[in-house]
Amino acid sequence: MLHIINFAHGSILMLALYAGFFLFTLGGVDPYLAVLILAPAFFAGGYLLQRYVIAPVSFGKDTNVLLVTLGLSIIIDNLALYLWTSNTRTIDVGYAQVFVDVGVTAVALPKLIALGAAVLIGILFWLLMTRTDAGKAIRAVSKERQGARIVGINVEHIFALSFGLGSAVVAIAACLLLPTFYVTPQVGNAFVLIAFTTVVLGGMGSFIGALVGGMVLGIVEAYSGLLLGESLGQIGIFVIFILVLLFRPTGLFGQRA
Amino acid sequence: MKKILLVIIVFFLVLPLFVESRFWLGFWTTTLFFALLGQSWNILGGYGGQVSFGHAVFFGTGAYVSAVLQVRLGLDAWTSAAIAVAAGALVGAFIGALSFRYGLRGSYFALVTLAFAEVFRVLANAWDFTGSGFGMLVPMKPGAANLQFADRSGFYYAILLLVVLAYALTWRVERSRFGAYLLAIRENEDAARALGINAFRIKLAAITLSGAMAAMAGVFYIQYYLFVDSHVGYGPAMSVNALLAPLIGGAGTVLGPLIGAVALGSLAELTSLLLGKEPGVNLLAFGVLLLVILRFLPNGLMGLLRGRS
Repeated sequence: MLHIINFAHGSILMLALYAGFFLFTLGGVDPYLAVLILAPAFFAGGYLLQRYVIAPVSFGKDTNVLLVTLGLSIIIDNLALYLWTSNTRTIDVGYAQVFVDVGVTAVALPKLIALGAAVLIGILFWLLMTRTDAGKAIRAVSKERQGARIVGINVEHIFALSFGLGSAVVAIAACLLLPTFYVTPQVGNAFVLIAFTTVVLGGMGSFIGALVGGMVLGIVEAYSGLLLGESLGQIGIFVIFILVLLFRPTGLFGQRA
Repeated sequence: MKKILLVIIVFFLVLPLFVESRFWLGFWTTTLFFALLGQSWNILGGYGGQVSFGHAVFFGTGAYVSAVLQVRLGLDAWTSAAIAVAAGALVGAFIGALSFRYGLRGSYFALVTLAFAEVFRVLANAWDFTGSGFGMLVPMKPGAANLQFADRSGFYYAILLLVVLAYALTWRVERSRFGAYLLAIRENEDAARALGINAFRIKLAAITLSGAMAAMAGVFYIQYYLFVDSHVGYGPAMSVNALLAPLIGGAGTVLGPLIGAVALGSLAELTSLLLGKEPGVNLLAFGVLLLVILRFLPNGLMGLLRGRS
């Protein structure tokens, strides 16, 4: 939304997956319940990270933000590698094997829950952005930073707020992924470019765009894997990313040129 | 300045006479390798302000083209090396023409270079001609005709020669009209355009030169290690290596990448000495150093040296 390109997004996802993993194995907390702990925790963490690390270190320049978050992702990934080794970890919950018949095919219950939750979060976010003062302030800062400052909006606070919200959503995504996914220190890397591609394809700052972009990417990934084979199939996402950046940088639903 | 340069060159020339162990010779060889790779990034990112997150695309092209020509087509090492450097320049010109023509700047340019590197990585990993998942292995045949050296100090002097050439070239660029245009574009591209600078052509020239230099590093890499696969060649780690040395040493200065490479190499040795050879510790220290430098020394270690004198 604020055109912060956060390279550490994948690393934050990885951290959240580990947090969910340890909550389950050490505390016996179900991943879906862990949302209640992790979402606020990651909101606070993201807020502090943007306000007291990323903003002061990057001096507000956008390529610097990229470099700072790259540095952060190097630190987080390797700290995880040091602390938790490169072993792949999974959790075992009973309902991961429950399949629900949806007519054409059977889908694992956790994936169905993830879909429902994603739509719910999308709607909540849309409401937050359009109906609340905080949402209005975020949109104001993204459109006209100086103007927003003049009318009394605390721009630094809004940036941090928006980073915290993003981190909280990442934490929720981690809880949704955990029942059917695995955790390694490198797990986030695969998601970084996919996340950028989704947003760029949909149009930065557009919610419908992010949703549609996500669906288009899912379809492209599945089909390019099917048509080109497993190893060459990964190319689809990167090619789309390059094409969109070159020929339609505003994305499918973006407004600003 | 010239005296300092002379001292540095003499230091590196006589170094192998004093370092007995293979370990330290290897340390300085890899340090000089990163100094070369870093300088290639520096020309585009440091002087031109076009931050690349995918420099591995040029490095990997140099390594792969050289390996493929030698192994698959049976060309000699010298011809392969020359073609590989040309291929690096070509890939640079291709990516530059596309992304600069369509006006990608700042973080968008950075992301598109990263995506290009990933495309090349997937291709190299999928194509049997480039060894697919197994990578390319160049047979060991020591001899000057094969650009391989039985004595490790041969590789040391080879990379030293490449570094001296690359740094001399960068020094010339810095003092040329072309270099001045590059700096103008870095500081304010719109203003540079308004003054009549053809920003597209200047940036294109910079990325081509940068690609050729990174490919040169790739050529050295393949002759030295005799092996490349898609993760080493085109993986994000090499792109990160390319930008760390100049950013830490001082982007947009001739000696910055060398100072950065020495600092990073020493830091890596220091951390493994203090904390043991656990995986990830080196990179952890690199990440912290990067943040500290960005926060307190925006001009890198060179800024520290300049500030004193």
